[in-house]
Amino acid sequence: MAIGVTQQRLDAVAKVTGRARYTDDLGMPGMRHAAYVRSPRAHALVRSIDTAEALALPGVEAVFTAADVPRRRFATAGHPYSLDPAGADVADRRLLTDHARYHGDEVAIVVARDLLTARKAARLVRVEYEELPVLADAEAALAEGAPLIHAWRGPSNLIGEHAFEAGGSMAEALERADVTVEAFLTTSVQQHCHMEPFTAYAYMEDDAHIVIVSSTQIPHICRRIAAQALGLDWACIRVIKPYVGGGFGAKQDVVLEPMVAFLTWKLGGAPVSLELSREECMACTRTRHGFRMHGKAAARKDGTLTGVSLDVLSNTGGYASHGHSIAAAGGGKLAALYPRAVFSYHARTAYTNYPVAGALRGYGAPQVAHAVECLVEDAARALGMDSVEFRLRNVARPGEVNPYTKKVLDTAGIVECLEKGRDMFRWSERRAACLRTGDLRRGVGVACFSYGSSTYPASVEHAGARMILNQDGSVTMMAGATEIGQGADTAFAQMAAETLGLDFSCFRVVSTQDTDVTPFDTGAYASRQCYVASNAIRRCAEQLRGRILAAAGRMLGQPAESLALRGREVVRAAEREAASPRALLSLRDLALESYYNKEEGGQITAEVAHKTRANAPCFGCTFTEIEVDVPLCRMRVVDLLNVHDSGRIISPGMAVGQVQGGVAMGIGWALYEELLVDDRSGRILNNNLLDYKVPTPPDVPDIGAAFVETHEPSGGYGNKALGEPPIVSPAPALRNALLDATGVAVDELPLSPKTLYRHFAAAGLL
Amino acid sequence: MRQTVTCTVNGKTLTLDVDVRASLLEMLRAEGLTGTKQGCGVGECGACTVLVDDMPVDSCLYLSVWADGRAVRTVEGELRPDGGLSPVQQAYVDAGAVQCGFCTPGLIMSSTAFVERHAGKRVSREDIRRGHAGNLCRCTGYGAIVDAVERCLKTKPE
Repeated sequence: MAIGVTQQRLDAVAKVTGRARYTDDLGMPGMRHAAYVRSPRAHALVRSIDTAEALALPGVEAVFTAADVPRRRFATAGHPYSLDPAGADVADRRLLTDHARYHGDEVAIVVARDLLTARKAARLVRVEYEELPVLADAEAALAEGAPLIHAWRGPSNLIGEHAFEAGGSMAEALERADVTVEAFLTTSVQQHCHMEPFTAYAYMEDDAHIVIVSSTQIPHICRRIAAQALGLDWACIRVIKPYVGGGFGAKQDVVLEPMVAFLTWKLGGAPVSLELSREECMACTRTRHGFRMHGKAAARKDGTLTGVSLDVLSNTGGYASHGHSIAAAGGGKLAALYPRAVFSYHARTAYTNYPVAGALRGYGAPQVAHAVECLVEDAARALGMDSVEFRLRNVARPGEVNPYTKKVLDTAGIVECLEKGRDMFRWSERRAACLRTGDLRRGVGVACFSYGSSTYPASVEHAGARMILNQDGSVTMMAGATEIGQGADTAFAQMAAETLGLDFSCFRVVSTQDTDVTPFDTGAYASRQCYVASNAIRRCAEQLRGRILAAAGRMLGQPAESLALRGREVVRAAEREAASPRALLSLRDLALESYYNKEEGGQITAEVAHKTRANAPCFGCTFTEIEVDVPLCRMRVVDLLNVHDSGRIISPGMAVGQVQGGVAMGIGWALYEELLVDDRSGRILNNNLLDYKVPTPPDVPDIGAAFVETHEPSGGYGNKALGEPPIVSPAPALRNALLDATGVAVDELPLSPKTLYRHFAAAGLL
Repeated sequence: MRQTVTCTVNGKTLTLDVDVRASLLEMLRAEGLTGTKQGCGVGECGACTVLVDDMPVDSCLYLSVWADGRAVRTVEGELRPDGGLSPVQQAYVDAGAVQCGFCTPGLIMSSTAFVERHAGKRVSREDIRRGHAGNLCRCTGYGAIVDAVERCLKTKPE
């Protein structure tokens, strides 16, 4: 049994010894370094650029401006190619611009012999700007007559808009209800803060091919987009992904790769590196969209939730990046949670002069779940019903139909998650014990979520796997899916070990993806990899097992069907499960024979490309207890437990790690993380890790993680998604706990002292 | 301007000609010790933590010339003489405290100093958290890291 047990991560030793090599640890002789010239204004036209002084600095090799780069516009979102042009991402970027659309937009780039010189020269590039009106607010950006941020796209700053009503009519749901609650909610702009900054370098090996080494989540998509940006055949680009120091969605965008490819191309194939500073990463790459939402929830006295409606306005900043997909996906992922209630969803996404928003762990779902779970809480309270009980009556059950996708929920463990959480957390006992008066108050909160396990049917879901029996009997596996820190390689090896029947220690997974070598997969996003790759790996392992046993049968003169693999040996199938079966042939001897017999056999390999045409919802919930210091307007997380239905758990230890990390990020988003932008100038005020508060060790309590294991038939091993889901429900649970403690419904994030002060003052608490 | 620096790095004496502007981080990485990472370059994240005379410092803020006459320890030097992992490295592996691994070398060095300073003493999980407050990790939520340090302190030294 290799599934369901915690194996040591394949990369653990490499990482604790410092031997794991990330992009900046590789380097090349003669590497040039590039630095952007960034606009100090959030909205302005470039009137003139004087590069003479920069070019005169010793060590500077070149300066490029918008006049030097291809005219074509490209889209940066790390989505699979869409055969339907209507599904294509918004192509609104050029490599450099003469129209700055956010504070830090890229107007020129300098290449020098070292990074210090490049950055110094960047400051010597003289740019004259003509200021344009700054649009910070998405509502203002959509107002009649607002200045256009991308005038060529049409007469509005709207990028996308859609609406659906699932499970009936909201008007009827409101009519049938005994109580209706309403709320206006806002969420803040979060930054990924992956510890490894954005970095990439490129070089040429001949006259036509460009090699890019990059810290990316999506090497195969990156290849296509870099080629599109430069107008090259896609195979002219080769992308290599070494170890990646975290991405959380930021690196599901093609941020640096087209530029380094352009620079090496212009510099005769010389290696050129572009590594962003932390300050650039914070403000000039991608962020989580701030949402403004208006919602209603309707319920009957008997505890039936009849409907939830939500109107969303998403602020994507100066460029589309993932565009309207975030607001669209956020609504879609939540539709499975309360399938017997109407879910009415309308969303718009607008350009503004904010920093550019893209994918960030949860992909719109944290914002939408926040609104839904605040409204559901308010409805439970309006009915005078226990918050857990109300949810238990309304959440999804197996066999029901998701009203949005019309697909049957084969697995839905949310009832069990809530029940398990209620018991483990001692919900009723703790709720009764909370002191809700005085300066120091306590409260408990709960929130649920549903999420997806892939992006189907919005995008294709393709995974590739290749396995090779080595000369010594070990197995090398290559997956197109990428390890970015989440433990994908280890989970994949566990899956292969399970199907092949071999020891986990037989497997080596090639962690580096190389688009010239590795099978095709679209990459690490949407919590899709374990789910989508599992079917490819299972089929590939079955193929390899069949070929190994066929070779064994030939060597042993026995029918292949009578043989099986166990540990590192070929055994009789009938003895496969026995305590100590007799070894008929070692895998090592089998491999040597197969490789080197002069008359027959050969290298034993298997390769599978698999398309998944399913997207099983996963579920979960958060239980939390908080303490509020009312005069200081500060809240502290006393305890927090997440319970997940992610199908069968491949590695319990790594799963707990995903939950604790996601929850910590969720606590940060809920309580204090906020990229601050001055609304008049569009200037970013806290583009560093001192002024932008990331949770530190003392900020995070011990986080509880528990699982309800369902067996999802569409997952290769009964598994569903887990990577992003832990971040979805902590924020509303914390808001609901604050409401429980103080009676104040604070419907804006973050729940920081500056926010609580306004709400507590308005409520008469101060 | 350049200057000669003589220091020990992971027990080996090195004499290097360095640019006086270079940080200790830059000096170490130029020597091929790329295990130490740069996460911010301005002392905010702790990814570049190394030990100077057994004290954790952000090597991005510590000038290479200041290392003259001192003993520097990096993650590469923590292996035992037989090539096995140090108790802290092993505890990180066992506790599942490693995800993307970019903060790991710096955290290993902070934990190493913490464990050496607190050997034989009673420490709470809160003490461990405060003792690692200078190191950011975005993947783990710190729980497994605190577990790893706790295990080290509970295990009697060999």
